[in-house]
Amino acid sequence: MTALLELKGVTKTFGKGRAITVALDDMTLAVNDDFPHIVSIAGESGSGKTTIAMLLLGFYAPTRGHVLYRGQDIHKLSGSQRYSFRKEVQAVFQDPFAVYNPFYKVDNLLSIPIQNFRLAKNKQEAHALMEQALIHVGLRPEETLGRYPHQLSGGQRQRIAVARALILRPKLLITDEPVSMVDASLRATLLKLLRALNQELEMPILYITHDLTTAYHISDYIVILYHGSVMEAGNVDVIIKDPKHPYTQLLVASIPWPDPNRSWGETKQVFPTGTMFDEYAPGCKFSLRCPFAGEICREERPPLYRLDDGRVVACRHFESGEALAGMDLGTLFARKGQVP
Amino acid sequence: MSAPILEIKDLRVYYYVEAGAIKAVDGVSFSLEPGAKLGLVGESGSGKSTMAMALMRLINPPARIVGGQVQLDGIDLVGVSEEEMRKIRLSRMSMIPQGAMNALHPLLRIENQIMDGIKDHGSTLSGGDLQGRVYALLESVDLNRRVARMYPHQLSGGMKQRVAAAIAISLHPKLVIADEPTSALDVVIQRQVMEMLDRLQAEMNLSILLIGHDMGLMAQFVDRLAVMYAGKLMELGNLKDIFAEPLHPYTLMLIQSLPALENKGVFAGIPGITPSLLKPPSGCLFHTRCPYAEAVNGNRCEEEVPVFEQVKPGRWISCHLHGDMPS
Repeated sequence: MTALLELKGVTKTFGKGRAITVALDDMTLAVNDDFPHIVSIAGESGSGKTTIAMLLLGFYAPTRGHVLYRGQDIHKLSGSQRYSFRKEVQAVFQDPFAVYNPFYKVDNLLSIPIQNFRLAKNKQEAHALMEQALIHVGLRPEETLGRYPHQLSGGQRQRIAVARALILRPKLLITDEPVSMVDASLRATLLKLLRALNQELEMPILYITHDLTTAYHISDYIVILYHGSVMEAGNVDVIIKDPKHPYTQLLVASIPWPDPNRSWGETKQVFPTGTMFDEYAPGCKFSLRCPFAGEICREERPPLYRLDDGRVVACRHFESGEALAGMDLGTLFARKGQVP
Repeated sequence: MSAPILEIKDLRVYYYVEAGAIKAVDGVSFSLEPGAKLGLVGESGSGKSTMAMALMRLINPPARIVGGQVQLDGIDLVGVSEEEMRKIRLSRMSMIPQGAMNALHPLLRIENQIMDGIKDHGSTLSGGDLQGRVYALLESVDLNRRVARMYPHQLSGGMKQRVAAAIAISLHPKLVIADEPTSALDVVIQRQVMEMLDRLQAEMNLSILLIGHDMGLMAQFVDRLAVMYAGKLMELGNLKDIFAEPLHPYTLMLIQSLPALENKGVFAGIPGITPSLLKPPSGCLFHTRCPYAEAVNGNRCEEEVPVFEQVKPGRWISCHLHGDMPS
């Protein structure tokens, strides 16, 4: 079947000549909408995670490769296809302050999609839709509508942003760091809401984050990115509890778990400090920081190897696995109960 | 126990705005022993950064220190003159600010920024010795000497944070206040910077007040923890004791809301929102969100402000339940 949204061999570079930055490097990922799953795309700043969101939403054009919506290049959609693309693929962004125009009441954010997509026949119907969407995200309409953004907390504003997306009954929700600017006490409630909506509306979610703890909690699958390339991908439990790629190991070892008995100091492996990276080195992107790197790691970029437990790892130390050049990561994300 | 290096009693800092007084810090008391690491954790708007600025006496109108005492090694920080305070900053106490990327001057070389404070405090070091001091400081924060000649834009976020730490320890202060020192950094760099701070703390026997919102970071770094909510301390005690058995409902719910490895998919948020500090709720500030408020006799939580008191050795809470939460 045709995937809802798909990256096909997509590379995105910024700048040119010696100043080129490869933000995303030959990525293939299909997202299907026939079963409700949550995929986390995780990485540090500069890993290319936001670039993926911008490409999938059509805000960036790929340098190489294609972004496909139901099999069609999203930059060559007809008017009606574009209309349904914008309706079916919705986004929630990081900053709960920046998405609002401070001069308008929050109602504005909700009424614009209703107008643009002609979801209501009259004002009463529009109002009912707005109320319904707010209730859906756990807000009381009478305490929310008619207010200005500054009168609401960050958590409330982020909920309204989710409500806005839900009004359109999307088939896919792309969320870019939705909770990183929300207080700790409200973060859990917001994640719970996303998970519940994911199950109830059977709407897959791409959860883009730098925070492995929330990624672990909310998602079914995870893709670990480093400088635009996939290092490891597969089932989130398997990867967080037993990371195989040295970079994932470093990331997981650096999580500040809120538990005084699970300390950082326990990880024995010493990684060099700093963030050494050479855009032009031919080998594995992590090889300059990797304590296990050998000759071949510095010379040749590793393909993804499939391990017995289903995950894929881009590391020469797993060469015994089946090598999958340019594989579609979407094939890793199976329905519940199915083994990929 | 040795005499505390920092002793805060009933500190109050209010912002005076047109609509009234915002009680950002309202009667906070705690002390910090030499060589100890205390965490001050709170959500946005809890007053934790105002607290840091008040300790450094960097509070400007419309905010004002309204009352209370702050003693640093026997010096009354609230009462000393501005001139005295200038000398105390950096030499006796210093601060690693939030987002060091914005704390460094973009047009000055790193070495000049490090030397600036040393010279300003009347150092008599000659040119060569001063240069040597800069190199030693850079090396103590794991930076290469070459960084001395560089400008801030040539450094990564983690390196800039290390430079800020080098400046903070340049005159061997006894107390360092670190206000969210790693909030803008990636996890791996965050760990490296915190481990460097930990090493400096041990080498120089520093007392560190770590201010932040991340309970995970606190759990990895501090010995004692103070939990702040809407301008007041809710709980204070040893880190391990608090995590093992939180005695204040807010602390309990805050810990339960954190994702741990064992309870995947369990999301326990705290209902409601943080109160407005302009019109704070009556009685206990947390009663509007507290599930145990009804377990207390009558309307006590709504009417009476709980006293911040010691309920166990080394454990302080402000709650009418006195740590006796119904399970």
